[in-house]
Amino acid sequence: MHMLLNTDQSLTQRSEHALKDSFLRQAVQFTTERLREKKEESTNALGDWELWRERGRQIRAHTIQYLDYYLDQFATNVEQAGGQVYFAKDGVEAAKIALEIAKEKRAKKVVKSKSMVTEEVEINTVFEKEGIACVETDLGEYIVQLAKQTPSHIIIPAIHQTREQIAQLFSAEQGKAVSTDTKALTAFARQKLREAFAQAEIGMTGCNFAIAESGSVVLFSNEGNIRMVTTLPKTQIVMMGMERMVPTWEDLEVMANLLPRSATGQKLTAYMSILTGPKRSDEKDGPEELHIIIVDNGRSKQLGDPKFQAILHCIRCGACLNVCPVYRQIGGHAYGSVYPGPIGAVLSPLLNPEDEQVQELADASSLCGACYDACPVQIPLHDMLVYLRERRVKTQGGIEKVAFRGYSAIFRHQATFQWMMKTLRHVQKWSVKDGSRWSSFLSRLPIVQGWVRSRRLPYSTQRSFREQWKMLQKELEEGVDNQ
Amino acid sequence: MKVAIFITCLVDQFFPNVGISMVRLLHRQGIHVDFPTNQTCCGQPAFNSGYTEEARRVARTLLDAFEDADYVVSPSGSCVGMIHQYYPYLFQDDPENLKRVENLIDKTYEFSQFLVNVLKVSDLDATFPHRVTYHPSCHGSRLLGIKQEPLQLLKQIKGIHLIPLPGQEDCCGFGGTFSVKMSGLSSAMVKSKCDHILETHAEVLVGTDMGCLMNIEGNLRQRETSIRVLHLAELLFEGVNAHVT
Ligand code: SF4
Repeated sequence: MHMLLNTDQSLTQRSEHALKDSFLRQAVQFTTERLREKKEESTNALGDWELWRERGRQIRAHTIQYLDYYLDQFATNVEQAGGQVYFAKDGVEAAKIALEIAKEKRAKKVVKSKSMVTEEVEINTVFEKEGIACVETDLGEYIVQLAKQTPSHIIIPAIHQTREQIAQLFSAEQGKAVSTDTKALTAFARQKLREAFAQAEIGMTGCNFAIAESGSVVLFSNEGNIRMVTTLPKTQIVMMGMERMVPTWEDLEVMANLLPRSATGQKLTAYMSILTGPKRSDEKDGPEELHIIIVDNGRSKQLGDPKFQAILHCIRCGACLNVCPVYRQIGGHAYGSVYPGPIGAVLSPLLNPEDEQVQELADASSLCGACYDACPVQIPLHDMLVYLRERRVKTQGGIEKVAFRGYSAIFRHQATFQWMMKTLRHVQKWSVKDGSRWSSFLSRLPIVQGWVRSRRLPYSTQRSFREQWKMLQKELEEGVDNQ
Repeated sequence: MKVAIFITCLVDQFFPNVGISMVRLLHRQGIHVDFPTNQTCCGQPAFNSGYTEEARRVARTLLDAFEDADYVVSPSGSCVGMIHQYYPYLFQDDPENLKRVENLIDKTYEFSQFLVNVLKVSDLDATFPHRVTYHPSCHGSRLLGIKQEPLQLLKQIKGIHLIPLPGQEDCCGFGGTFSVKMSGLSSAMVKSKCDHILETHAEVLVGTDMGCLMNIEGNLRQRETSIRVLHLAELLFEGVNAHVT
């Protein structure tokens, strides 16, 4: 399954493009800043945040360690409650299963709630090819769908759109002007979506957490659309990544504290929908059939890998995006993959190991570690980025490899190191005058070019520390610390 | 107490004053300072780019250089972070060197950590009557957990006016090879950082890592602003001296 959405450009080209879009950058910076502040407020209010994070990590680590056991328990319980479970090895298979269900129901319309795994398997495209309309019912997703785009954030899909752009989209859809006022915008979407809810034969959701001990699917939302998606249509399809498990209801309590706080700075999500099997005979509403498709799509390859297994601990809160200095500059589309930001830079290469181009996402980081700090389950994303680079350069040659071989050969002995540095200082002397000018030869080196885009070159007229050491030492020993 | 300094390649070659200030400050605390000359670099440039074997070869110079030291002190949170966080990984299949790594980790400190947590310095008797803003470098603060130490040292300086830096925890965009490999992104990041620095109207920017400070200063100079950029050791030493003379 290819998850790279924009393959005709490199990561550098895509980010250069995004850097020129001041609308996008303002919109993204404004919203991520607000989310970051709200998160901080709500975690401070809760208190002991680090303990909560540690508890979260433990639960996720345990679950993933014994994932086969919990998946089995979950599937048994779903079936006991009257639901059906399917395991899909990849995206193609997952889409096929969903499509078969829809065809059997002769469905014309599917209403969907926000779900990243369905983006991953590109379910909308698959359905639409068969003449089945998919309507996104999360407001952000709805906007993105109207704009014929993809989400640029895993929690706030339309984070890159300004209010004015949204009003324009809605006006075009309506055939007359819709104002930029929040009320007008939501009223428009609500009216459109109500129609879809009433017509759809199938409701399709993702899954925030799946509870093994009871076979329940738990969904968080703020707009109430998930209520409608899971109660109105007769047939319900849940698509979930295989790692969405938690063992018990008690574990859910911890996650219900971690996820909304990390995602949007809310104490609690506005709506929490829980599906345990389809509608029972004594119940008034709910779907008559419940189908749960559990998707692998590259996930199980991480199991047992000490460097990468923890990526399956992710609860898709988006906190790492909001604090990432790279994401904040370029937004999500520049990553060119379904999952953007630090989680995407790690997850996308891992889920698509055979895709050479997606591997370059590991370069989209300065390794500052802000993502790790923000992650409610302590995933060491910054370490994983290094391990991904390590894996990548093993099979690659090129000038960078030659450079680092040279670095290693020279820096492993102080004699060669010193010789090299002396030579460099000479080069610097004639080429970098007071840090503002450099010879035309040097300025053609890519390294220098990259640096001087926004910086002057460092320049030193002094002797190195090691050259000054003997004198300094003597001076200190003689007690003439005269400076 | 005997302290060996791990100068780091950048300070050694480009910012010797940082090393000299650090040595003089330590000397004034009654410490015998040594500089084992067989050290070169922590290996981080290669490691961060994925060249583990290349990094390991360079890292060995530090294992040799500091074998006999009681303490190792360095003016870089990033390079000390490299030792603490990644040397065990580099030498995981080499039990003999792994032992040396553990030993090195136990005795290696970043400069401000060493002053505050080991020497328990509470007052250096320094004066620095200027408006100063502090940038906490990512690796020092996140990998090593150096959050309070530099501030504690800055706060005891007489006459200093510390101004909080907006968005201080945001990366300056250096990231070693990131700054040239992803130069567009890195440039955007350093510009945001410098916008925030200029907003504070500080006269001096202080930090604990020359990689970041070199990056930030490069952009500040390009904007032709006169704000001074100092390593914490330089600022403290200047402050101590101001008092003496
Ligand atoms: S990696 Fe951590 S912070 Fe990022 S989305 Fe996943 S759980 Fe949230």
